[in-house]
Amino acid sequence: MTIRFDDPNRPNSYIGRTVPRPNAGRLVAGRGRYVDDITLPRMVHVAFVRSPHAHARIGAIETGEAETLKGVLRVFTGRDLAEVCTPWEGKLLHLEGMKTPPQHPLALDRACWVGEPVVAVVGRTRADAEAGAALVEVEFEPLPVVTDIRTALDPDTPVLHEALGDNLCFRKANEKGEVDRIFAEAHKVVEASFKTARHTGVTLEPRVILVDWNAGDGEMTAHVSNQAPHMLQLLLAGHLDIPESRVRVVCGDVGGSFGVKVHVYPDEVATAAIAKIMERPVKFTSDRMEAFIGDIHARDHEATGRIALDESGKILGFDVDDWTGIGPYSIYPRTSAVEGLQVTNLIGGPYVFDHYRCRTSVVFQNKGICAQYRAVGHPVAVAITEGLVDKAAAEMGIDPIELRRRNLIADDAYPLTTAAGLKLEGLSHHRSLDALVEAMDYEALRAEQKALREKGIHRGIGIASFIELTNPSPFMYGIGGARISAQDGCTVRMDPDGSVVALTGITEQGQGTEAIMAQIVAEAVGVSPQMVRIVTGDTRVTPFGGGTWASRGAGIGGEAALQAGRAVRGQALEVAASMLQAKAGDLDIRDGIVVDAATGEERMALSEVGRVVYFRGDTLPKGLPRELMQTRHFITSNYPYAFTNGVQASYVEVDVETGFVKLLKHWCVEDCGRIINPLLVDEQIRGGIVQGIGAALFEEICYDGEGQILNGTMADYLVPMSGEMPDMIIRHVETPTEESELGAKGAGEAGTAGAPAAVMNAINDAIRPLGGSVTHMPFTPERILRALGTITD
Amino acid sequence: MTDSFQSRIDLEMTINGEAVELTVPAGRHLIDVLRHDLGLTGSHVGCEHGVCGACTILVDDSTVRGCLTLAAQLQGCEVWTIEGLTEKGVIADLQKAFVERNALQCGYCTPGMLASAKALVEAEGVPSRETIREHMSGNYCRCTGYEAIVDAIETVARQRADETGARSRAGETVAKARAGARS
Repeated sequence: MTIRFDDPNRPNSYIGRTVPRPNAGRLVAGRGRYVDDITLPRMVHVAFVRSPHAHARIGAIETGEAETLKGVLRVFTGRDLAEVCTPWEGKLLHLEGMKTPPQHPLALDRACWVGEPVVAVVGRTRADAEAGAALVEVEFEPLPVVTDIRTALDPDTPVLHEALGDNLCFRKANEKGEVDRIFAEAHKVVEASFKTARHTGVTLEPRVILVDWNAGDGEMTAHVSNQAPHMLQLLLAGHLDIPESRVRVVCGDVGGSFGVKVHVYPDEVATAAIAKIMERPVKFTSDRMEAFIGDIHARDHEATGRIALDESGKILGFDVDDWTGIGPYSIYPRTSAVEGLQVTNLIGGPYVFDHYRCRTSVVFQNKGICAQYRAVGHPVAVAITEGLVDKAAAEMGIDPIELRRRNLIADDAYPLTTAAGLKLEGLSHHRSLDALVEAMDYEALRAEQKALREKGIHRGIGIASFIELTNPSPFMYGIGGARISAQDGCTVRMDPDGSVVALTGITEQGQGTEAIMAQIVAEAVGVSPQMVRIVTGDTRVTPFGGGTWASRGAGIGGEAALQAGRAVRGQALEVAASMLQAKAGDLDIRDGIVVDAATGEERMALSEVGRVVYFRGDTLPKGLPRELMQTRHFITSNYPYAFTNGVQASYVEVDVETGFVKLLKHWCVEDCGRIINPLLVDEQIRGGIVQGIGAALFEEICYDGEGQILNGTMADYLVPMSGEMPDMIIRHVETPTEESELGAKGAGEAGTAGAPAAVMNAINDAIRPLGGSVTHMPFTPERILRALGTITD
Repeated sequence: MTDSFQSRIDLEMTINGEAVELTVPAGRHLIDVLRHDLGLTGSHVGCEHGVCGACTILVDDSTVRGCLTLAAQLQGCEVWTIEGLTEKGVIADLQKAFVERNALQCGYCTPGMLASAKALVEAEGVPSRETIREHMSGNYCRCTGYEAIVDAIETVARQRADETGARSRAGETVAKARAGARS
């Protein structure tokens, strides 16, 4: 029996409806349980002495004064922890030629970025630990630093890791067709340079981990604010020499993640190592300053790009040279090469063309480590692509909507493989663009823009089409040897009263995982969502899975839940059929009642099935299957990724006197396949858009030439606030994936992927008549005034 | 440290309507007293330098940053946190609207958001969206993009204004009837 998703009046039709999130009630009441809220008996706190230098040799470490401070219990150096914890290297085997040196929980001989943990101080309270850390004396001998991306490979630039020979971590060129010839012969070639600023995630809850080592059981329990509990379980087990089954990772409430909390951090591993040594619970709570220097950074890209078009405005090809600086180490275990790699995959993604070249060069430098952050690589690739498309439209005198209509992949052209080599199952660029034009009343907006221009008001409209990578298969990490699961599982159990518990390998960080899983399981079993309790984030009880990242929760975890729920339904119906002397196929379960499928006549409450199975199994035929607990796992297999698509538009007003940008409105049309909960999808997109707007207008981690961070506080690193943000209109097109019965793709990256390009294009649309353009993010008032020629020094 | 400097302070205050006596180090912040000494973990620590608003708490009916307020300043004060506000039911409509509109995702900023929003919905009339956005600009949210939060606050402000209007209209009717009866 398949679910008739197109019939909103079908029984148990919870998939596709807005239902409230079951965990929201406790969060608004202040009853969340984030890791820092947990206090365990005998718990102690660890604080870290971090390198104040971007690059320095570590000499003598004097810990005596700290050790005698009241409240300080132990002090650990890198050598101490190296005895119990093996180092790691963030490499993937399928990324040919990739290099990165071994990394330890605490630096051994050299510190390679400002903020690298060097010494750990354990105290009875966090204040004790911090006071002790302030008393540790480390002899640092400063070494030459590498900070600039473009000169990192120059012969006269110092080599950061001597053993690696040069500062190149990874380089990849993706090429198809005859790029040189096409660009030489093309009717029109447009060129530009682009910069996306170095960002960090700024999760409102900083990273936090509380690890206990119970020597009696030989078991480690880590409460951690993380998105991938099973991944962390295996890595802690591996590096601390514990059987995987004896490491329990618990991720309760997580205060925002966005990719920040999917990586292995040296301070977190150090905390686990210390817990194992001290045999007691150890907590590390990062403060905000540590977050700016210790959390992953991302998006530090500089690129030059060209687009070639024929007379009719048809795109012939793209040619992009992308450079990115990733700090001194590749992140473990996902690597810091994936962002650049995605840029080489995603440039030109929405369009038809035959000639393609994109090279990325990933270089080491003495700054914070860069890694996967929401919409990995997408904002960079979309900004380059859409910046070039809009510039070409302007130079050729073609309306930007019209130029896109001429070049977007036709909605009936799928499946197809793009020039960049992406296998696309089914997208809806044209329907999405049509929906956008209608939602924003494009013609009226253009007329308004023109009228206001005559009054000296400079408004601009920016469009950005994009594709979004979701539901990754093992092609992303597994084939490279990383123990990161692309499959996911769900166990559904019916309790005696007919209510249901579902345990899932995907996790909740606010997306609404618990809500959509409850909806899916409710529909699959035939009970109301209120009767479903979802359990996430505990490796001891949930099926082995990957967690929630790369917009995989709904598409992969959701399908496993659907199948597990259907299996429990099947078992319950088999028992009911035996009790009612009916055929299971003639029965259905609706709102917790076994009914006659044809007439809807009520036959028996599900609680009666539960009562008999659990307490009077003797009355059922011997050998009748009655497992009201079923587990199913799901993995995608037809496509390496489920791509989604969408298009955004931004409407801005630029004050040409001050350079300030006012965001007037923002639109997004997105196709994430089957929508499970429309409200939650809309809010994922809105939140993502605002992170993308932050990229366009505000966010930049600034370093000086010595590798010192200049804006490591929340007052200096600007994230969007409510006062500056626009209202956002969200629309949908639904093209379900045929990989699964559920048909869901991901929706978490779309907003962030497209918003920076849309805002950039809108600003340029506003200021182009004045002779300026901006392509280096963030578009601060100063950069806009420079583009306008107001500031020239 | 000189002998004349008192390193520990004895305090009496009211927290969530309950009288509390405690001795705190002079440098201890209100947020740490609430979270770690009293187990009131509903208020969160986001930046510890007064920017993000996750630790917003009500002291004598004003919003304060728990991370910038020394507990020693609060002798005799009345402190309300999300736990007490919830128990008292004074923001139940706001909490309901936040859930219905999905004006929270990870929930970490939410207790501080609600404390800041309380003053807005208690003010007279319905604030404009611009006013709401401006008022809430001291509370960072990294998940929602703010629109749902603005919607939820606007909804509750309107509901409360309607109820107040209905009450005062009802009051006018009663007053007119009484006046009519006297004449």
